Amino acid sequence: MSEILVRLPGPLRALAGLGAEIRLPIAGTPTQRAVIDALEATYPPLRGTLRDALKDRRRPKIRFYACERDLSHADPDDPLPDAVISGREPYVILGAISGG
Amino acid sequence: MSGVRVLVGTRKGAFILTSDARRTEWEVSGPHFPGWEIYHVKGSPVNPDRLYASQSSSWFGQVMHRSDDGGVTWETVGNDFAYAGEAGSHQWYDGTPHPWEFARVWHLEPSLTDPDTVYAGVEDAALFRSTDGGATWHELPGLRQHTTGMEWAPGAGGLCLHTILLDPSDEQRMIVAISSAGAFRTEDGGETWTPINRGLHSDYVPDPDAEIGHCVHNLAMHPSRPHVLFMQKHWDIMRSDNGGDLWTEISGNVPSDFGFPIEVHPHEPETIYVVPITSDSLHYPPEGKLRVYRSRTGGNEWEALTTGLPQEHCYVNILRDAMSVDTLPSAGVYFGTTGGQVYASADSGDTWTAIVRDLPAVLSVEVQTLS
Repeated sequence: MSEILVRLPGPLRALAGLGAEIRLPIAGTPTQRAVIDALEATYPPLRGTLRDALKDRRRPKIRFYACERDLSHADPDDPLPDAVISGREPYVILGAISGG
Repeated sequence: MSGVRVLVGTRKGAFILTSDARRTEWEVSGPHFPGWEIYHVKGSPVNPDRLYASQSSSWFGQVMHRSDDGGVTWETVGNDFAYAGEAGSHQWYDGTPHPWEFARVWHLEPSLTDPDTVYAGVEDAALFRSTDGGATWHELPGLRQHTTGMEWAPGAGGLCLHTILLDPSDEQRMIVAISSAGAFRTEDGGETWTPINRGLHSDYVPDPDAEIGHCVHNLAMHPSRPHVLFMQKHWDIMRSDNGGDLWTEISGNVPSDFGFPIEVHPHEPETIYVVPITSDSLHYPPEGKLRVYRSRTGGNEWEALTTGLPQEHCYVNILRDAMSVDTLPSAGVYFGTTGGQVYASADSGDTWTAIVRDLPAVLSVEVQTLS
């Protein structure tokens, strides 16, 4: 069992009533898909907000970062970086910046 | 003591405005769901403390909320809007087939008899129903799968089902409107649907008798006369006295026959309200004067209601779901603007005051009359 440190964007923290960071237990191999599955199961208000519930695809304005890398286009079933699995580095979920 | 609760959806959250029956002093709560687009908030006529809210975002998708205490607290409910069967395609702007794809919930219409039943009109156009308080949603596919469905094409705002009228005398009968497919009626609870667009004429539709393709902006019905319908179309204000089988134009002397909302007075079924807007690209009031137009004759003869409304330099829009009426003895009429004002009249539109002036752009206004 790994415990992943997850950072969520402000609107989703407000939606689910969460603080800046949460620690999420993950059974089996920690992958991006496993983290999002666990997030949605643990915090039902988040269902469908990170990926389209019907098409199982990342919402285009959501990004996934870890260890100074953009994992948004990585295979969601690849294992997360070791530093994330060990809890030393966060798995960062953020919304694309808007403005102009 | 009786009063009203005004449910306001905006580009950046929801607001709830409450007052007693005098409607002179208002309490404002919100923003609820700050930062999110709230297309519509509406309460159950059976249980006014049961509210439903459609919350959406281009970042995070569709979220649905329910309140059981009149909007003091909210809980998320189901947000899976899966089209029934093979989704298929409709027509895209360029005439090519485009896959049906859920974008957002535009309009919520709670059942007249059951607080746990609520209908949702969505983009791309389809009608969904929940019978468990919003926990799960199921499409009524007969509408989208109508033989004309493949020909439906979006308007500038998308292919949205934005209006749902429930017949209080017959729960099997509903009427919906889709931009820009037109109006449709069911007599069997949503199993089968009939286009009801005869008599509509739209300059951009080359066939004057086209069954579909009309950009209906909004429909209204008085509950005592469910077969009399009023329509604000992209151009033209229309009326039908036979449930939509045939429409006749009642634009009369309004300064612009373009606009979005249309409403019926709660106690006078022949009194209707529109807000003329300059078409086609301007989308603000003619001459910079914000005027509600009222007809007490069921159309054709209109009077401008201006007292308390800005009569110069006003360039806001009033969107299709942003007008509503209460049912107090001296009827209240309410509307919200894209400039963030919510105006209220406690005397059927004779005089107006702004309840609030600086909200985000208003998308929807619904009023609950509380006993």
